[in-house]
Amino acid sequence: MTAAVLDHDSAHAHEEHRTSLPINSRKLAMWTFIGSECLLFASLITNFVIYRGSHAKGPGPKDVFEVPLVTAGTAVLLFSSFFIVMALNGAQAGNRKKLMTWLSLTVLCGVFFVGMQVYEFTGFMHKGMGYSTNLFASSFFTLTGFHGTHVAIGTLWNITLLKDAYKGRIPPSKSLNLEIAALYWHFVDVVWIIIFPVVYLMSLFAK
Amino acid sequence: MATTALDPAHTATAYKRSVLVEWLTTVDHKKVGILYGATAFIFFLIGGLEAEIIRLQLMKPDNKLVSPEFYNQLFTMHGTTMIFLAVMPISAMFFNFFVPLLIGARDVAFPRLNAMSLWVFILGGLFINASFLMNAAPNGGWFGYAPLSSRQYSPGINMDFWALGLQILGIASLAAGVNFFTTILNMRAPGMTLMRMPMFVWSVLVTQVLVLLSFPVITVALIMLVADRNFHSSFFSFNVAGGDPMLWQHLFWVFGHPEVYILILPAFGIVSEILPVFSRKPLFGYSAMVFSLAFIAFLGFGVWSHHMFATGMGPLADSFFSLATMLIAIPTGVKIFNWIGTLWGGSLQYKTPMYFALGFIAMFIMGGLSGVMHAVAPADLQQTDSYFVVAHFHYVLFGGSIFSLTAGAYYWWPKMFGRMLDEGLGKLHFWLMLIGFNLTFFPMHFAGLLGMPRRIYTYPKGLGFDGYNLASTIGALTLGVGFLVFIYNVIKTWRSAVHAPADPWGGATLEWAIPSPPQEWNFAVEPVVTEKDALWAMKRAAGVRTLPEPLLVSGKGIHLPSPSWWPLVTAVGILVFMVGIMVKGETHGFPFGPVSIAGFALTAFAIFKWSYEPVDHPTTH
Repeated sequence: MTAAVLDHDSAHAHEEHRTSLPINSRKLAMWTFIGSECLLFASLITNFVIYRGSHAKGPGPKDVFEVPLVTAGTAVLLFSSFFIVMALNGAQAGNRKKLMTWLSLTVLCGVFFVGMQVYEFTGFMHKGMGYSTNLFASSFFTLTGFHGTHVAIGTLWNITLLKDAYKGRIPPSKSLNLEIAALYWHFVDVVWIIIFPVVYLMSLFAK
Repeated sequence: MATTALDPAHTATAYKRSVLVEWLTTVDHKKVGILYGATAFIFFLIGGLEAEIIRLQLMKPDNKLVSPEFYNQLFTMHGTTMIFLAVMPISAMFFNFFVPLLIGARDVAFPRLNAMSLWVFILGGLFINASFLMNAAPNGGWFGYAPLSSRQYSPGINMDFWALGLQILGIASLAAGVNFFTTILNMRAPGMTLMRMPMFVWSVLVTQVLVLLSFPVITVALIMLVADRNFHSSFFSFNVAGGDPMLWQHLFWVFGHPEVYILILPAFGIVSEILPVFSRKPLFGYSAMVFSLAFIAFLGFGVWSHHMFATGMGPLADSFFSLATMLIAIPTGVKIFNWIGTLWGGSLQYKTPMYFALGFIAMFIMGGLSGVMHAVAPADLQQTDSYFVVAHFHYVLFGGSIFSLTAGAYYWWPKMFGRMLDEGLGKLHFWLMLIGFNLTFFPMHFAGLLGMPRRIYTYPKGLGFDGYNLASTIGALTLGVGFLVFIYNVIKTWRSAVHAPADPWGGATLEWAIPSPPQEWNFAVEPVVTEKDALWAMKRAAGVRTLPEPLLVSGKGIHLPSPSWWPLVTAVGILVFMVGIMVKGETHGFPFGPVSIAGFALTAFAIFKWSYEPVDHPTTH
């Protein structure tokens, strides 16, 4: 067999960064994943809308929902989307202090939101609404539980990024690491913007 | 040539690993592809064995070869295995091995994620099949209709295996979907515009869109089913709480109909590669082929309820879904006429892949025609749940998908393994398969129209089914012999010393420009594409029929992704989490037991380690 040795210069090392579309592959993958997640939440929300009136046994929306508490949670989550944009701005500018300040606030918001949900769910339990009490409860807990899991995962992700930032591992050249987490965080936030009116407000005003 | 001889030290990778460790930690898309194919073929043989037992049971009236309980497990596992553990992963073998080669890339966009998909698939498949060891294989049909699949009517752990197993497999498909969608959009060689991509790559891209948009729906449906069975909710149980079994059917088929296109579109793509090469002319109507693929996928999301005509949705819904279903015949017809247009006036080379590709067209047309019959709601009411339906979907899934995947196996075998499969044995395989297939499934049309329902364990004498069923059983055994010939072909040629050339068929696409089998980095120098059928263009530009045999290169300095244990560990964590739901025991109100929590922790730990692992290494230092 004929064989030849070809030497490659270091230019090849940079080949993998060339992309066919003007977007980084990891970012494109996150957008793709988000597109897929839309169908997941669409199914869960549809399921809730179908079953929100099924509470012949046990409490219904009007008996358990505490809109002021959830409004506070919603506001906190909305603000966190702004905070993570400021953190990204800091990362891109190489301003570590700004990055860490705003990212810490984002993490706090995530923790607050998950805490709010734990408090809310505990209250529901005390009002006699468990996971299988009625279909309203089952579909509510499935939907908001899934969303809460997404917030918790995003918060864990932000904490690891905060640790990286603390160790100086997020220079401007690596701000993409934060940008991708921010994309996910915004998505989780946007989903809540749909869940809040559809689940809480519309259920209260439904017949 | 001594000065240019390949120094073995240069070809070795930087990491010295045993063969087992090498395969367990591989992130090379070609090795991942081979593992997909090998595992899926074993599952295919298991599913085939289940089918043979089913046929032996139905060979004669009032037969008692197997018990009714075991028969339920057989038909459920046959369907589940063939769809999720055979046709999808055999397609995935071709995605993995050939998409990077066809677009001129060194690997997929996320090699470790790719390895994770593989391991999640393998563990999920083993998990579902492990149910046989406990004599508790899933027994509620491959679409697990509620409330039959609820705890009330399926009290054993059979359907837990099914629901949790499919959930595991869904994770593999979704991860692969993100990966291949990104790879195809972003990793193409310079000049490889979207409208210059080989048709197989287009079919994979469209298939991934279907996966990404349909699998989340079955994920939610399965979560609800698992909750019904394990956490005492009643989403799909018809009781005072107001649960709705129809919701399961809707969610399942919103996934299930795109799923059948997930099974057939890659088959379309493979045939669209083979026909031009063996007709010595380009694919007829390339753009029309692309747009008809996209149109089929789009319509595929709007026809799910044609699986549910018998549920009584009312005339408006029935009309809508009838018409939408008939519309699909248009882009499908465009594809069939373009395949025929590709053959027209070509200088046809009758090699084994071409035999199977031609067989595909003929068999798929027959399945398509009975499909249009099902689209007519009143006619469907007569046909639904009868053997007529069994005949229809085997004509599209076996006559369509399996014929095409087999064609792909013969076509790409030399590239994957550096061996030519024997032509004589290949053609014997084809004729056994074509005759066996038609003998098995054509009589089912008649048995079905005479009223033989599907999924019955036996039937009494004198209903007119006897002869048809005997013919089907003889056909099924013939099919089995056909695949034994294939296995013999593989073993025989594996031992022979004849190595395949880089371009045995006069190929049109980039994979034939590199050695067979390809070296770890695929392309020593990134190819530049100037038009469709890139390799034919290169041959034309060089003024030759065949390019000279490509040289093996050292690959020194080429950066390749490092091997990693974390994809496998992540997959194990996911499996442990799912098993934990089955064995949760008493958890005092919290939905997850200690096993699930351990699985979740293992998954999180593995993903964490994975994130901080260095991504690549040069092949030599």
